[in-house]
Amino acid sequence: MTGGVLAMVLVYLASAVIFVPLAKRLGLGAVLGYLVAGVAIGPWVLGLVGDEGHDVTHFAEFGVPVMLFLVGLELRPALLWQLRRPIFGLGGAQVVGTAAAVAGAAMLLGVPWKAAVAVGLIFSASSTAIVLATLSERGLLKTNGGQASFSVLLFQDIAVVPIFAVFPLLATRTPEPVAAAAATGEAGRPAWLSALFVLGAVAGVIAIGRLVVRPMFQFLASVKVRESFTAAALLIVVAIAYLMDLVDLSAALGTFLAGVVLADSEYRHELETDLEPFKGLLLGLFFISIGAQIDFGLILREPVLIGAIVLATMAGKLAVIYVLGRLFGLDRPARWLLAFALAQIGEFAFVLLTQGQKDHIFSPQFAAPLVAAVALSMALTPLVFILLERYVLPRVTDRDAVRPQDEVLDDGTPVVIAGYGRFGQMVGRILRANRIPVTILDLDPEMVDVVRRLGVKVYYGDASRVDLLHAAGCEHAKLFVVAVDDKDEATKIVENVRHHFPHLKIVARCRDRLHYWELRKLGCIRVFRETFGSAYEAGIESLIQIGYRSYTAHRLARRWRDHEERTLEELGQHWGTQSYFAQARARMDEAERLMRDEDPRVYQDRDAAWDNEELRADRAAEGAADAPKVEPS
Amino acid sequence: MRRVLVLFAHPVLERSRVNRRMLGAIRDLEGVTIHDLYEAYPTLGIDVAREQELLLEHDVFVFQHPFYWYSTPAILKEWQDLVLEHGWAYGEGGTKLRGKITFNAISTGGPATAYRRDGYNRFTVRELIAPYEQTAHLCGMRFLAPFVVHAALHVVGDDDLGARRDGYRRLIEALRDERIDLDRAERAQNLADELDDLFHAQVVA
Repeated sequence: MTGGVLAMVLVYLASAVIFVPLAKRLGLGAVLGYLVAGVAIGPWVLGLVGDEGHDVTHFAEFGVPVMLFLVGLELRPALLWQLRRPIFGLGGAQVVGTAAAVAGAAMLLGVPWKAAVAVGLIFSASSTAIVLATLSERGLLKTNGGQASFSVLLFQDIAVVPIFAVFPLLATRTPEPVAAAAATGEAGRPAWLSALFVLGAVAGVIAIGRLVVRPMFQFLASVKVRESFTAAALLIVVAIAYLMDLVDLSAALGTFLAGVVLADSEYRHELETDLEPFKGLLLGLFFISIGAQIDFGLILREPVLIGAIVLATMAGKLAVIYVLGRLFGLDRPARWLLAFALAQIGEFAFVLLTQGQKDHIFSPQFAAPLVAAVALSMALTPLVFILLERYVLPRVTDRDAVRPQDEVLDDGTPVVIAGYGRFGQMVGRILRANRIPVTILDLDPEMVDVVRRLGVKVYYGDASRVDLLHAAGCEHAKLFVVAVDDKDEATKIVENVRHHFPHLKIVARCRDRLHYWELRKLGCIRVFRETFGSAYEAGIESLIQIGYRSYTAHRLARRWRDHEERTLEELGQHWGTQSYFAQARARMDEAERLMRDEDPRVYQDRDAAWDNEELRADRAAEGAADAPKVEPS
Repeated sequence: MRRVLVLFAHPVLERSRVNRRMLGAIRDLEGVTIHDLYEAYPTLGIDVAREQELLLEHDVFVFQHPFYWYSTPAILKEWQDLVLEHGWAYGEGGTKLRGKITFNAISTGGPATAYRRDGYNRFTVRELIAPYEQTAHLCGMRFLAPFVVHAALHVVGDDDLGARRDGYRRLIEALRDERIDLDRAERAQNLADELDDLFHAQVVA
C-alpha cells in the first residue's frame, strides 16, 4: 500500500521534474510541461498511471480554490468593486452569449434542444486553473486583457450555481424523486431556501475572514510553532471550500471571497508564503492528471468528430468573446488576449458532463467524445497562448493603435530619462527638486497615468525607438538617463542613443557586472548597478550596528567603495579570460589589506603625528634638550 | 542654573585616550548635553535648524576636540560655517547667541612647553585659537580661556589623567551652577591650570 502510494508520488514528481523544465527551456511554459508529463505517464504512452488518475484529479482540483484564495489576497475590496462592470457585464454576456452560440450550433446539428442548452452552458465556462496559471506565468495577468480574463473567469465561477440549478429542469425523463434528491441537494430545496443558504455561506465566509482568522493567527503566533501557521492557512481554505460545497456554491468562489476579505489583514503575507507551494504543487498535479486522462483511444477512433468539436468550439468561443470584448470597449490586444485565453472549455465541464448524465439530459455515449474534447481543448491552451504571443499579439499590438505614443514636445529640456520606475523616479525627483526640467519616457501605461496624476510630465512611449528619441529632444539635451529595468531594453536604448546622438552623455542603470561592462563599452560615462547603492548603505549600517562609530563606518565604506569601483573597471578587461578569477581574488585580498590600513589605530597615530614631539624627526635630531620628557607608562 | 552644551568632535574616538575619559567624566551630569558631531553627521551634512535649536536651548557651549594642525577637526569648521548664520548669530538682527558663554576644551599631542614663544609651536594655545575668540566676540558671546590637556598621547598614568578628568568635571559643574568667576576665566591662559582660582570666593570657602 505504502509502496503503491510512494511509487505513484515518484512517478508524478519525476515526470514533473523532467518535463516542466524542458517545456520551460523550449519556451512552451510550465503548464504545457505538466500536461505533456501527464500524457507521458498516462495509459497511452508509458502506462505508469491508470484509473486512479480521476481520483488524483479530484484531489488536485483543490489547487484551484487555493489559487483563487491567493488571487483574492492580492485584490483589496475596493479594487474588486472597480471590476464590477467587467465581472457582471462582460462575464454575464460571455456566459449567455457562448452558451447560446454553442446551443444553437448543436441544435442545427440535430441535438435535442434540452441537451443542446446543457452543452452550451457546460462549454461556456473556461479553465480558471489553466488560464490564470498561464497568464501569471507569462506576466499577462496585470494587463488589460488579463484583468478582463480574470473578471470573466470570476463570473463563470458565480454562474456555476444557477447552472447547477437549471440542470434538473433540462432532464428528458422525469427522474424518480428519490434519485433526484440524492443526485443534487439543490433539487429538493425550494429556491428561496437555496438563496438563503447562499447568502448565509457568503456571510459565513466574511465572518470567518473577519472574526476567526485574526485571533487564531494571534494565538498561533504566540505559540510559535511554524508548521501550525501552515496548517492553519490550509485549514482556512479547506474549511471555506467545504462550507461552499455544503450549499453547492463554487469552492473557488468562496475562497476567492475569503482572500479578498483577508487582503487587508496583517497576516496576508504569512498566508501567501504558506500557501504558495501548495498551490504550485496541486495545480501541477492537476495539470498532470488532466494530461493523463486524455483518452487517446477514443480520439484515435473518432479523430474527425472530436477534432471538429474542439476546433469548432474553440473557434466559436473565440469569435463570440472577441466580439463581446469589442462591445465592452477593450482595446485591440486586450480583446485578442481575452478571446484566445478563454477559448478552451474548463475543467468544470468534467463535473457538469457527469451531472448531465445523472440528470438524464444526455447519454454516456453522447458525453464521452465531449469529455475528450474538453481535455484536448485544455491541453491545447498553452499552445494557443504561444500562437497568440508569437503571431497574433505582435501584429495587433500596433502600439500607435493601442495607445498612441504621446506627442512629445521638444521644449529644450536638458535631461531625458528613459524608464520611470523605482529607479528613474528617484533620479527624476532629485533633478526636479533642483528645478531641472526633465523629459520622461515610460512604456507602462498605468505608471504613466499615475505619475501624471502626481503632476509629473511623463510621456508614454518606447525609448528604444529612434523617432521618439528625436521627438523627446535628444538633439538639444545634454544628458540621457537610462533607468529601465529590462537589461536588453537598456542595452538597445544605449546603442540607439550612442549611434544617433553621439553628443549625449549617458548615465545608465545596469543589472550586474556583465551588463556594467557591456554598457561601459557602448560608451556610457557612468553605469550604476541597480542595487549597489542600497546594499552599500546597508553595509554601513551593519558596521554601525555592530558598534563602529558612524563616521568611521562611513569612511571605511567609502574607501571600500572607491576600491570596488576601480576594481570593477579594471576587471572588465579580464572578463572572459583565464586570469579573471585570479584577478578577482587578488582584488578582494587587496580590499582587505586596504581596510587593515584604515585601522583606526593607524589613523590616530598618523593624524596626530604632526603634534607628537617624539615622532618629529627634527626634534629627534636636535636632541631636544629643552623638551620636557613625558614618560609613557 | 545654566544649561551646558558640549559640541564634541573627534573623528576616531575609538582610539582616543583623553577625550573618551573626559567625556565619561561629564556624561552623567544633569543639565549637560553632549552632542557628538561626527556620530550625528558622519557625512558632514549638518542639520542647521536642529543645531540652532540646540544652541537656543543652552547657555554655555563647550567645543571639545583634539587639536589638529593648531585648530579643530574639520567638522567643527563646517559646523561654524553653516550654523552661525548671518542675521541669526551675527550681523543685522543676529542676536540669538548674545550673552551666551563659550570656550574650547582641547587635547594636544605636544607638551605645554611646546606652546610657548620659545617652544617649537611658538604660540600659546590661547593665541592659536584666536579665530574662536573673535567668532565669539562677533556673536556677542563671552569667550573663556581654553581648557587644555597637554601631551595627550602620553597622558596614560591614571593619577595624571584622573586629575584632569576631575578638573573638567568640576569646571563644567561650576559653570552650570554659576559658581565661576567669568571675568577671571576670560583672562586666564588655560582653565585646567588655574581652576582653583576661578571659583567665587564664598563658594570655595
